[in-house]
Amino acid sequence: MALDKIGIAKRIAQEVKDGSYINLGIGIPTLVANYIPDDIEVVLQSENGLLGIGRFPHEEQVDADLINAGKQTVTMLPGSSLFNSSESFAMIRGGHVHLTILGAMEVSENGDIANWKIPGKMVKGMGGAMDLVASAENIIVAMQHKSRSGESKLLKECTLPITGIKCVKKIVTDLAVLKVMPEGGFKLLERAPSVSVEEIKEATEGKLIVEGDIPEMVI
Amino acid sequence: MINKVVSGADEAVKDIKDNAVLMLGGFGLCGIPENCISALLKTGVKGLTCISNNAGVDDFGIGLMLKTRQVKKMISSYVGENAEFERQLLAGELEVDLLPQGTLAERIRAGGAGIPAFFTPAGYGTEVAEGKEVREFHGKKYLMEEWLKADFALVKAWKGDTAGNLIFKGTARNFNPMMAAAGKITIAEVEELVPTGELDPNHIHTPGIYVQRIFEGKDYEKRIEQRTVTPGN
Repeated sequence: MALDKIGIAKRIAQEVKDGSYINLGIGIPTLVANYIPDDIEVVLQSENGLLGIGRFPHEEQVDADLINAGKQTVTMLPGSSLFNSSESFAMIRGGHVHLTILGAMEVSENGDIANWKIPGKMVKGMGGAMDLVASAENIIVAMQHKSRSGESKLLKECTLPITGIKCVKKIVTDLAVLKVMPEGGFKLLERAPSVSVEEIKEATEGKLIVEGDIPEMVI
Repeated sequence: MINKVVSGADEAVKDIKDNAVLMLGGFGLCGIPENCISALLKTGVKGLTCISNNAGVDDFGIGLMLKTRQVKKMISSYVGENAEFERQLLAGELEVDLLPQGTLAERIRAGGAGIPAFFTPAGYGTEVAEGKEVREFHGKKYLMEEWLKADFALVKAWKGDTAGNLIFKGTARNFNPMMAAAGKITIAEVEELVPTGELDPNHIHTPGIYVQRIFEGKDYEKRIEQRTVTPGN
């Protein structure tokens, strides 16, 4: 069975290493924070200018001057720090943020990502995504394997304007966990419970590399 | 004697003329110069170039100035939740430069710091790179980006003193400090204005040297875009 959004978030949470500084994008990536195991300590960065994002506030704690990059009201954990946006991106470009998890409209088999614009239809803007994908040492994409209209989002080449080149390291979809190989291609690492390799092949337009038995994800 | 204090937003923005280049602080609706925006809606000044990470929402912040067609050009990183902004952009009614957020922040910082250009990896290989110089350093490709400056920077702080020193609260700091430095004339509106000497110098985020006009704002709405709460207390 294909994973729901929470399933994708839970699987990505397993990728998080103790002691790391992490930037979570809007949508499924934000949910990852809820499923990081208790014995793992990480610091979440919000590119508008906060290290140490905590949970959402209780009603009486809501503060309009304390939001995350998705404009949601948040709290700060003990040890948090606040800074301006140029300092924030100095942290990002300077390689101090270890892991970036973000959503995508398309990923190509060489690791290009598109997630900011559909020409003539939709322009969200890139926000901090271009800086993040150009800089973080590890970039994981969380997305559905296929678009709502049933098109594969794992492509030979992106068709939409790209956000960054050769940057995505791993992809977790509703169907599979895939590694983007340095020489190109999506290497299938795990499949969602009861999802067959054939289904994943059918849903992947780009080059899919299948070697040996592919285990099911343990969520 | 240096006197930076003005009576309010109306006096502060009265010499902003048509076709001026403005910087407006804030991220989303957090830390935006609400009073100055209201005053600009009243003066009706037109043809503005606005440098701001976002353009507010349809009925608040810079979104209000888009509706009245006072803005000729936006330089931003995210259109996001503003349907009117997206509509004017797609219809070609508004000039828009979309930039990576970190590039925008650093171009503003560079403007205030007197650094005409710098190199960043953000946007290399994308349409953001069109027309820009590319250089390779240590095996990686970077784009040259130039500084940004403004005729007026409109910033919003939590506390300020009559010497123009500013303290920001929470994530309302965002773009405000860099913009304060990059404006030829910087107008700071603050929630609380105190006499010089009352703020602890150890806690100043923006030194008064960058601020030319300051006033205590009023009626802050501080609208919240995404009110997310944890149940219970």
